[in-house]
Amino acid sequence: MASADKKNGSHPVIDETVCKGCGRCVAACPKQVLRLRERLSRRGIKPSEYTGAGCVGCNVCFYNCPEPYAIEVHTEK
Amino acid sequence: MAVKKTVGMYPAFDRSGTSTRASHYCAGCGHGIIHKLITEAVTDLGIADRVVMANPIGCAVFGYYYWDVGNIGAAHGRAAAVCTAVCRTCPEAIALAYQGDGDLGAIGFNCTFQAANRGERMATFFVNNGTYGMTGGQMAPTSLEGQKTATTPLGRDVLNDGYPLHVCEVINQLTAPVYIERVSVADTRRIMDARRAIRKALELQRDGKGYAFVEILSPCPTNLGMDAVQAAQFTNDKMEREFPLGVLRDQSATATARPAAPAKPGPAAFFTSNPDGATDAAPDPSFAEQRLKFAGFGGQGILSLGLYVAEAGRFAGRYTTWFPSYGPEQRGGAASCSVVVAGNPVGSPAVDHADVVICMNLPAYERFAKDVRPGGWLIVDASVPIAEKPVGVQFVSFPAIQFATERGMPRSANAVMLAVLAASGATGLDRRVMEQALAASFQKKPSLIPKNLAIFAAAYQQAGG
Repeated sequence: MASADKKNGSHPVIDETVCKGCGRCVAACPKQVLRLRERLSRRGIKPSEYTGAGCVGCNVCFYNCPEPYAIEVHTEK
Repeated sequence: MAVKKTVGMYPAFDRSGTSTRASHYCAGCGHGIIHKLITEAVTDLGIADRVVMANPIGCAVFGYYYWDVGNIGAAHGRAAAVCTAVCRTCPEAIALAYQGDGDLGAIGFNCTFQAANRGERMATFFVNNGTYGMTGGQMAPTSLEGQKTATTPLGRDVLNDGYPLHVCEVINQLTAPVYIERVSVADTRRIMDARRAIRKALELQRDGKGYAFVEILSPCPTNLGMDAVQAAQFTNDKMEREFPLGVLRDQSATATARPAAPAKPGPAAFFTSNPDGATDAAPDPSFAEQRLKFAGFGGQGILSLGLYVAEAGRFAGRYTTWFPSYGPEQRGGAASCSVVVAGNPVGSPAVDHADVVICMNLPAYERFAKDVRPGGWLIVDASVPIAEKPVGVQFVSFPAIQFATERGMPRSANAVMLAVLAASGATGLDRRVMEQALAASFQKKPSLIPKNLAIFAAAYQQAGG
């Protein structure tokens, strides 16, 4: 649970132990602030990660994600 | 700070002895998206405690590891039957079927079709990914023309394999459904449409308004041999061309809650009423259970003979069952019936080891004589040629057919046999109730009552009663 680089402001929280690296969230993100990271997770896949800036808290990644517990979106307000 | 996260699922998935927060689905599979949309709506509507989900056979077979609602694993394709049972027996329950295209569109199609036609109070979520996912990507009813699958390696050939099945359109031919829509989870806009459709179907169920059917196009990257994004694109570009999205029917604004079915008489109204004044059966452990088998050919009155005895048991205040067995022919085939007369409620109407076996012809004797228990009664019409008298049983041979024929009433051979049975004392039922039952059976032909009672009395005397 370590993608929340930015504690203030909207951001996704991605559980790399659950993410299967399908890339649906990366393709869907309207701000293009997600990417599949190069380093493999313990499962041996390249999980999604937040680039660290630009998230607007729209929840698009959450709804596109097929894994129930891979993505949470924390939003300001 | 607000947090958007999955709700309505178990916090961890306890599967096969392990606990995990990851689903069993392949990367990029649409099922997970749909699962989330359903549990989100169920949670938002506050109906989780009312929902009973019929889980399918197919990739979503493990739905019950995820959805924190009531779950039943249905046999292949039979989710609609399970939901029918749920919504009819539990008025408070919200019955949901979650099924894939193999489960619903192939093996279970008629089950779904009939439930939709009855307008059952249920919602069906039909996940169409165009293939049999769990079993390895075989052709599904919804596979596209030309689509290569494990069983159509050259592509689906409509001349050989038929056309992609448009399930929504078929359901839309029916009168009863209230809401039918096809949606997709291939991109954000479509997911939001699917979210709205799923929510609407659930609201209809919350309000008891009738049958809702939501088809959801869902990408299957594994069996398409694509990555998740390509598979979603395939769903948009290819599947939607065959299966256009949209509302096919929406009567949600005008639909009203289906009225509760009027109260129906329970089994007691059929099985314990005694309009003829007989007393209801009451437990009497001192009356040993009597199991009787009657056999002969159709037309000899075998089934009626069994009924006489069962009725006599009823007039005597006993618990009784009558269980006929016969072929398609009304006359001339083999006929038999089993009767149980007991001092306590009868567990099974089937009779394997009989206290009394009555045979009216040779085939019946050959088949059933062995079923009489040691010390039991074997009563046979004298026309049956018996080479060796059976040992270990109480054997009675009586010319019932001849006796009745000589008196001009060949069809009353069964009444004669009833008298023989009464005279034998084998059943613990006395002559009075036997006569009462015999008379009652001719209620609609009263002129036959005295004739049958007379031949009964004559036979009773002849048989030494």
